[in-house]
Amino acid sequence: MPYPEQLKKLMEKVVSTRSARVERKKKNEEFPALKLEERDPVLRNFHPDFIKGTRREIKVGPSKGYSISNEMVDILEAKSRVNPELVDLTKPDYETDVLVIGAGGAGTAAAILAAENGAKVLIATKLRHGDANTMMAEGGIQAADKVGKDSPYYHYLDILGGGHFVNDPELVYTMVSNAPDALRWLEGLGTNFSKFEDGRMKTMHGGGTCRKRMHYAADITGAEIMKTIRDEARNHIDMIDVIEFCPAVEIVLDESGRCAGAILYNLETSEYHYVKAKAVIIATGGSGRLHIQGFMTTNHYGATADGIVMAYRAGVPISFLHTVQYHPTGVVFPEQAEGILITEKFRGAGANVLNVHGEQFVYEREPRDVEAACIIRECSPEGRGNGVPTPTGKFGVWLDSPMIDLLKGEGTVKKEFPGKSILFRRFGIDISKEPMLIHPTLHYQNGGLDINSKCETNIPGLYAAGEVAGGIHGENRLMGNSLLDVIVFGRIAGKCATEYINKAGELGKPGLEHVKRYNEEVEAAGIEQDRIAPMLLPDYSNPEVREKQLTKDYFGTLS
Amino acid sequence: MTKPSNKPVDELVPIFFMGKRYDVPASLTIQKALEYAGYQHIRGCGCRGGVCGACGTVYREPSSYKLQVGLACQTVVEAGMHLMILPYYPGNRSIFDIEKMKGTGSEIAALYPEIFKCIGCNACSQGCPMDIDVMHYMAQAIRGDVSGAAETSFDCIMCGLCASRCPAEEVQFNVAILARRLNARYGKPRAKHLAVRVKQVEDGVFEEPLHDLMKLSTDELKQLYRDREAEPQMAEDDWTPQDARYV
Repeated sequence: MPYPEQLKKLMEKVVSTRSARVERKKKNEEFPALKLEERDPVLRNFHPDFIKGTRREIKVGPSKGYSISNEMVDILEAKSRVNPELVDLTKPDYETDVLVIGAGGAGTAAAILAAENGAKVLIATKLRHGDANTMMAEGGIQAADKVGKDSPYYHYLDILGGGHFVNDPELVYTMVSNAPDALRWLEGLGTNFSKFEDGRMKTMHGGGTCRKRMHYAADITGAEIMKTIRDEARNHIDMIDVIEFCPAVEIVLDESGRCAGAILYNLETSEYHYVKAKAVIIATGGSGRLHIQGFMTTNHYGATADGIVMAYRAGVPISFLHTVQYHPTGVVFPEQAEGILITEKFRGAGANVLNVHGEQFVYEREPRDVEAACIIRECSPEGRGNGVPTPTGKFGVWLDSPMIDLLKGEGTVKKEFPGKSILFRRFGIDISKEPMLIHPTLHYQNGGLDINSKCETNIPGLYAAGEVAGGIHGENRLMGNSLLDVIVFGRIAGKCATEYINKAGELGKPGLEHVKRYNEEVEAAGIEQDRIAPMLLPDYSNPEVREKQLTKDYFGTLS
Repeated sequence: MTKPSNKPVDELVPIFFMGKRYDVPASLTIQKALEYAGYQHIRGCGCRGGVCGACGTVYREPSSYKLQVGLACQTVVEAGMHLMILPYYPGNRSIFDIEKMKGTGSEIAALYPEIFKCIGCNACSQGCPMDIDVMHYMAQAIRGDVSGAAETSFDCIMCGLCASRCPAEEVQFNVAILARRLNARYGKPRAKHLAVRVKQVEDGVFEEPLHDLMKLSTDELKQLYRDREAEPQMAEDDWTPQDARYV
């Protein structure tokens, strides 16, 4: 729906300050960024991570005692979907060298590299190949490749500063060093990056960057990358098989504790299958669909932390899950588009963030956690109470996209942001003429499974890559580093898993004893609940309908 | 900020999902309306944001004979609509080795010779939920205009609705991604700075500076972080920093 009268009226204040703001921007006069020491108080007071009562210590498993979001603890303190006693592991339904769980950016990159290194690959995925947060990433991918003005050195510093200096140095080093080659790989596969005539990559700033190193394909960078590498995986038809609508639900270990495959659940026939594999790569992505603290999310329908659950049960510790990323700019109006991501590239291109008075209150390129906290402070009654009220009683702030045409020429918004232009056009809003109304939205799982720079977990033969892993981004990821993460670490996982299987020898007897033990540990800890995990799919069905769904074992979230 | 709720906030209207009537709130998208009706999607639901191509939908409204298309996650319900989600459409795909291609139009023709069967009826364009001029990019592919076909089809989400409408049995979306990959790889110059930087990394140019950083204390890192020289927002691509030690 187009903006109603009340919002059009409020929008006049944005218009009234616009020309002066554009003039300042042209002179590189920016709204002052917060100093490093000023970030902490606003985070502590307004970032959702710091709200009391929203975290608790997990009572079981390898990271027992670690305090993380209630929603994540809920699924980690749940029981398996399968009864380990009933699964027949003597007759594998599938056999492969490398099993890749998840078919987003990391899983697909891993599969290609494993196949190129000679491994037979099976990709098992919950939805379709490419159904992943990678497909939805918009703004871009970072790499310090502009010789003479940027280098992995500054990329490293930016990442550390954004992540509050607690990132795993080895993982950051690995990512920034491999970033240029990751870009070159994507370029060679035929990814349509926006370029100058002479082939130079166009690059922009993102929040928290000191150099313009965000490469992009208009405003659908993730979709462009995902479509390209998925297409490339399909060229390896003799080496890569894909099973869709078959999420993995448990890891299988052999008697010596090595990874020996996984149990899949066929969403359409309700069967469980055993895949025997010499190595497994977990690339299941994030967890936005847990709706932590009830927040709406930008995430894909399948982002339910399945990989965290099964690897944790198998004994892989977790870290950095105590922080969750809220993207500063999710749609808050129109309601039909609620939660949908508005790329940071708008702010990278110069769009200001404005309150109900049409005033700037935050520098638009703060790191995401700081930007989000400042917006929440502006909107919340406990903060400054300067939010723009929506017709449904929520609050948001303006993102002044029309500035971009004024700064960079008529038609820039339409050309650089075709995806969002189409989205809003469907609702009768022209974002090159009218600003967008936004509010922070649940976006990224900063932490995850512990890995080293070879994507190895503590279980031999079990690898993890992409959003499911933790440590690279510390306590807060910068924009453009998740697409980079999935490509760099996906490729490493594929290569290292193949190297591993070439020298690992024969697997021992496969088993699910760890699942049995975990179920017993949950019981012994006195956790009273009837939850099972992974949840696989969020349940948005009508509660009134749900009450009448009396068949107990329908799949999905058993809440 | 709460998670998407299906509470009826407005009047209920009837929709007919594969012929069966459900009464749903008038403000919801088709996707959310079906959830309101009690469905938990397995197929036909992906990004929920209009970019993944999982929920291509065909529908008819009572007031018109026309067959309409949309994405279930983006299209608001209308009273009396009859609809079906088409989560999959079979489409053959030709195998190729991107390294061995040259990026010419004749390569597209060789891999998809059926493009010449296009009868120019434009049903594909009318069936595109992304408003892409599908027939135009097919015509460009037929003419051997690889870059044209790539640019025209850039927003394609590969939902398959074009193929579902095609009387000539084309698989337009696979032709389109081939054109885009060929154009990106061969139609534009490679980024020289990228190749130079990859070589520098391989030669170990940044090993020492990076390992020095990795050894620093948090306070030392904070100081370096504060002192970073920022490339100005409106700077041109050839901007260079004062401190050129590490670049």
